[in-house]
Amino acid sequence: MDVASAKMIGAGLACIALVGAGIGIGNVFAALINSLARNPAAQVTPFAFLGFALAEATGLFGLAIAFLILFVF
Amino acid sequence: MATENPLHQFTIERLIPIHIGGIDASYTNSALLMSVAVVLITGFVLLSTRNAALVPGRWQSVSEMLYEFVAHNLIDSNAGHDARPYLPFVFSLFTFILLGNLLGLVPYSFTFTSHIIVTFALAAVVFVGVTIIGIAKHGFRFLSLFVPHGVPPVLLLLLVPIEVLSYFIRPFTLSIRLFANMMAGHTMLVIFAGFVTALGLAGVLPLAVDVALVLLEVLVAVLQAYVFAILTCLYLADALHLH
Repeated sequence: MDVASAKMIGAGLACIALVGAGIGIGNVFAALINSLARNPAAQVTPFAFLGFALAEATGLFGLAIAFLILFVF
Repeated sequence: MATENPLHQFTIERLIPIHIGGIDASYTNSALLMSVAVVLITGFVLLSTRNAALVPGRWQSVSEMLYEFVAHNLIDSNAGHDARPYLPFVFSLFTFILLGNLLGLVPYSFTFTSHIIVTFALAAVVFVGVTIIGIAKHGFRFLSLFVPHGVPPVLLLLLVPIEVLSYFIRPFTLSIRLFANMMAGHTMLVIFAGFVTALGLAGVLPLAVDVALVLLEVLVAVLQAYVFAILTCLYLADALHLH
């Protein structure tokens, strides 16, 4: 296998990390809707957005690796 | 299909070449945007509070809201009231990163927070500063930060190395989080913009995606500045109160 195709496959594999971010962000907002439906007065939205940002970042680590493989090396 | 390299936008260009000895200290586009951010936030806060009144005007109330947000939502609710002496540092950090992220969204400008060296320098300042504060306040007892409460002694053999590792990995996760968010977002915008010209009339679809992505990027820019500042406050709380 030549290096160019190996780079493409590697970048594709690195994007699998986004599965985790998707599950995490889904969980965060599902929990937010759950808690707001049970208690509309709950002050939890800032925590939800903090959790969203932290969960999203883990997926972006994988995406950043994919970009590095494709465009830097 | 992709005519332009999506990472081209992150190129650092020397605007005013300066070479001192063997060191390249040129004034670059990154330094220019940092100067713009500092001038904007300093000018805004100074000008809006110059004729400060008891009943604030429009501009004064905006800068008061910014101050109250950092003082109450970030410092008081995360690090406690005795972390107030560190308010100027957290305020500068938050506004500098916020302006850096938002100025990067202006077309043809440059995002200095998309460079790992910039975010790592900021995170290293936070990490070293917080560690010094903790040691100065608690001395040798600062090491009890690495020993969780109410754990059987056998488990401590496992947990203490994990706590030490998670402490020393903080500057890396803090800097990579901001850098990866900014770099991935801006690269994605350029990749979708490449589809617009390549697809002809059907390029309306990726254009719509790009517009939505710009909105997402505004959210991410504000959110990541907030996350950076809130994590700084949490680390500060650890150093001040030792769990």
